[in-house]
Parts: sequence; structure tokens; C-alpha cells
Amino acid sequence: MSSLKLHYDVDGSDFVSCGRASEDVKRTLKNIGMPADVIRRVAIAMYEGEINMVIHANGGVAEVEIFEDRIEIALIDTGNGIADIEKAMQEGYSTATEDIRELGFGAGMGLPNMKKYSDVMRIDSKVGEGTKVYLTINIS
Amino acid sequence: MDTVKPVYLESDKCNGCVNCMKRCPTEAIRVRNGKATIMYDRCVGCGECVKVCPTGAKKESYDKLETVNRYKYKIALPCPSLYGQFNNLTDTDYVLTGLKRMGFDAVYEVAYASELISSATRRYIREYGAKKPIISTACPAVLNLILMRYEHLIEHLSPMLQPEEVAAREALKEAEGRGIKREDIGIFVITQCAAKVLQLKRNGSSVDGVLSVKEVYFPLLNEMNKIAEPEKLKKAGKIGISWGSSTGEAIGLGCDNYLSADGIENVIGVLNEMEHDKLAGLDFIELNACSSGCVGGSLNLENPFLARTRLRQLRKHSADTKVEVEDINLYTVDKPYESVNVFRLDDNRIEAMKKMIAVQDIYSRLPGMNCGSCGAPNCMALAEDIVRGLKVSCKYKEAEKK
Repeated sequence: MSSLKLHYDVDGSDFVSCGRASEDVKRTLKNIGMPADVIRRVAIAMYEGEINMVIHANGGVAEVEIFEDRIEIALIDTGNGIADIEKAMQEGYSTATEDIRELGFGAGMGLPNMKKYSDVMRIDSKVGEGTKVYLTINIS
Repeated sequence: MDTVKPVYLESDKCNGCVNCMKRCPTEAIRVRNGKATIMYDRCVGCGECVKVCPTGAKKESYDKLETVNRYKYKIALPCPSLYGQFNNLTDTDYVLTGLKRMGFDAVYEVAYASELISSATRRYIREYGAKKPIISTACPAVLNLILMRYEHLIEHLSPMLQPEEVAAREALKEAEGRGIKREDIGIFVITQCAAKVLQLKRNGSSVDGVLSVKEVYFPLLNEMNKIAEPEKLKKAGKIGISWGSSTGEAIGLGCDNYLSADGIENVIGVLNEMEHDKLAGLDFIELNACSSGCVGGSLNLENPFLARTRLRQLRKHSADTKVEVEDINLYTVDKPYESVNVFRLDDNRIEAMKKMIAVQDIYSRLPGMNCGSCGAPNCMALAEDIVRGLKVSCKYKEAEKK
């Protein structure tokens, strides 16, 4: 059986519309009848990914592929890249500006939450070139 | 689910415009053969379609006032927002006495039942290890929406009964205590809310009928104007009256750590945030489908904002609430809530996925204008309707072919 592929452009200039991709994925998964827990994990992980792309990378793309037994998410941007991935994975560590923090973002939970709510997470990042985050969420 | 109909269409008046279809939060309306048809299994009873209909073709269902005459012993359960319909009301006993003079043998304030629920909820938060934040279930449209669209938020739902149901059970106990037989007793909620019909006519409620504020108002006002000295009937104080408009329920809990939102689109926004885990740390979430809360219900007569102001003024003249319940189990639902996903394309997940792939394929070829000309609220809904087997198509695509 073939998989279901969804593609989203994440607008880097717009905080207000941020979350549209994860909203749409949620709707799709609900209409497929995915387990509530899977939908929740995908929703949180994707939302964090979208926010990260807006805060740090001026947007990017999100590719979601739904298989019978798993959901794969790729979040790809051409932003500044992450200098120290190990540090970035620590809860509470953030390079977001004061302005961003004022808005309630940049609490340093983005990548840790993405890891927490996914089964497999891989980050490819090069400073000056961009970041690719790959997430897999298994459907039990 | 039973097909209880909170709203219905007066077909002659419907001109097939797409206003209601566009506004429906659960995409439950389609325009077919020039008329707006409702898919009742998706209807949450929010009443948005009634409010937005320019020709008055959408109507709420409720019982006619004459229905009460079927019963020997008639009990009225007035909802708190009723008090906001009267100018300069400083004493709710005028309303309650007026109801008795209209022919009701007894009255039981939904506002007082609300105070019982406030007290039970305070204890539930304090003593029962509630899963926070607790989402209020007082607004039946919100409750229906969560059961249909937000399965994993169900564990956050307050286990408390609807205030009308508590009022009905308590009133029934009182009446039966006086030796009156159940079959002689007619319990009638007087409400502003289309969704209450859906709620109270389903699943063995103790309520026998649902009357609208707008139909009761004039005969009631007529009786109220004749009252020289009202009977002493009221039990509800400040908290119960506050339940009639948004934030009232949250304030009744005596905690500051709450979020309150009203208007169905705002409610959906909050639920989506909650799904993203953004509202952890709050104790209580009060959500009302109607703007300004129950005073915004479509069966009311008065402007919601004015009604809210009046309730605020009435509060000043009302006693402090002191009620504390002992056994919270008297006020909780008989069985836990279960999700009702009416949107899934197929009960079998693999089949549903195949259908969703077909939906996405069709959608990718639609113009994406979401114009509604096809009779579905947006292009995605049209694609889903096609895959569900309905004989529908895009008007623009048809025009292109010609």
C-alpha cells in the first residue's frame, strides 16, 4: 500500500499563522482515525518544529509521510544552522532573542519536546547552511 | 447517537446561500438542491447557523409552552441568563414568583444547581487528584465538540453533570418527597441554548421538556409586573448568577489560575493550543460556544453584552454563596465520556488511509478557492464528500470542461 504524503511551506515571517501545518496534519490524522496518542505526539512535535523554523530560520518546509505503521516528519530549513547540537538538545537552552521570549516562545523546549514525543529523531545541521530534523512516530 | 435535532430548516425560507455552511464549526452543513441540509451526527448544537442565517430559515428546536399542560405538577428550571433579560432586576424572587403565577407549581433555580456544581468542582480539584487543567462541561456545544474532535482532551473533562440535570434531579427529589407521582411531574428547563435540547433530550435525562427564554419572556414579564410582594423562593446567590455569562463559572471556583474563552472560534483556538500542550499549568478552562457565555445564547431576547451588564448589577444585590456539598458523587456523570469520531473516513484505519490518499489526490486538482458553490464548505470537504461516495463536483472544474 502506498503512503500518504503531505507538504507544507512554513512562512518564516508570520508568528500568527504558525501552527497551520500541524493543524492540517492533525485534521488529516483524525479523519483517518489514528489513535489519539499518536495525533497528540505528532501535533506537539510538528508545532515545535514549525515554531523553531520561524524563530531561527526564517521559515522552511515540512514534509510528512504517513505509513501504515509510522509517521515520518522532515523539517527542513536553510537558516543559520545549529552550532552545538548537544547543547541545543538540553531543556531550557535557547538562542532565541529577548523579543521572541517576550512572546512566550524560545523557552528552550523545542528540540527536547520533539525528541520526547517522537520515537526516532535525527538532526543534520551545518552552520550557515541550515538544519534538517527527521522525526519518526510509530503507530502502536 | 440519536438524531435529536437542536436546529432545523424551514425549507421555504432557505435561499441556498452559503452563510450557515461556511460558519458551521464542524462542517455539518451542505447545500443540496438549493437548500441547506444538516448532517445531524456532526451537529454540536452551537446555534451559529441560526445566528448567521439572513432569512431566518434556521430555527432552534424547543418545546412549545403549551406542552407543560400535559403534566399535573409542573416544575420550572430557569437558567441564570434569564435574569439578564430584565431591566433593573434587583431580586430574582420576582422572576421565580412570576413563573409560579404563570402556572408552574414549583421552581428550582439552575443557578442554585450551578452553585452545587461549583462546590463539587472545588472539592474535585482539591481532593480527587483531577487531571489538570480541567475543562468545564457546562456548555453542551463545547462538550460535543470535544467528544467529536478532541479525543485526547476527554480525560481533562470535568466529570460534573450539566447544571440543568442537577437541578432536575434535585427538583424531582423534592416533588417526590411530597408524595407526587413521577408520571404527574413535568420538569421544564427554560433556556437560551439550542445545544441544551440536544443534551437534555438524549440519554435518559430527568428533564421532560425544554422551553425557550424568548417564548416564556412576555407571559412571564406580564406576571412579574403584577407582583406587589414576591414569594421568598430564591436560594442562589452571587456565584449562581455569575454562571450566566463567561468567566462566571471560573470565578465560582475561587481560583485565579483559569482561562476563559467564549465564541466558538475562540474556543476552537484554545482547544488547538491545548492539543499543542501549551496550556499545561492551568487549573481550569471555561469555554462557552456563545459570545459572552450563556447570555449570548440564540434563544435569548436581549443583547448579550447588555444582559451581561445586568447580571453584574444583579450580583451586587445578591447574597454571597455559602453552599458546600458533602458527596460530590451526587453531581457527577453516571459513566465516563467516550469519543464520537464521526469524521473518520472509514472504521478500518487502513481503508481510511486509502481513502485519505484519494481525498488528497482529488484535493490537489481542485482550485482551492473554498467558494462553497459546490455545496460543501471548502475544497477539502468536497474532496472528502466525493470519496465518501456523494455525487458532487466542483462548479469551476465543470465550467473549465465546457
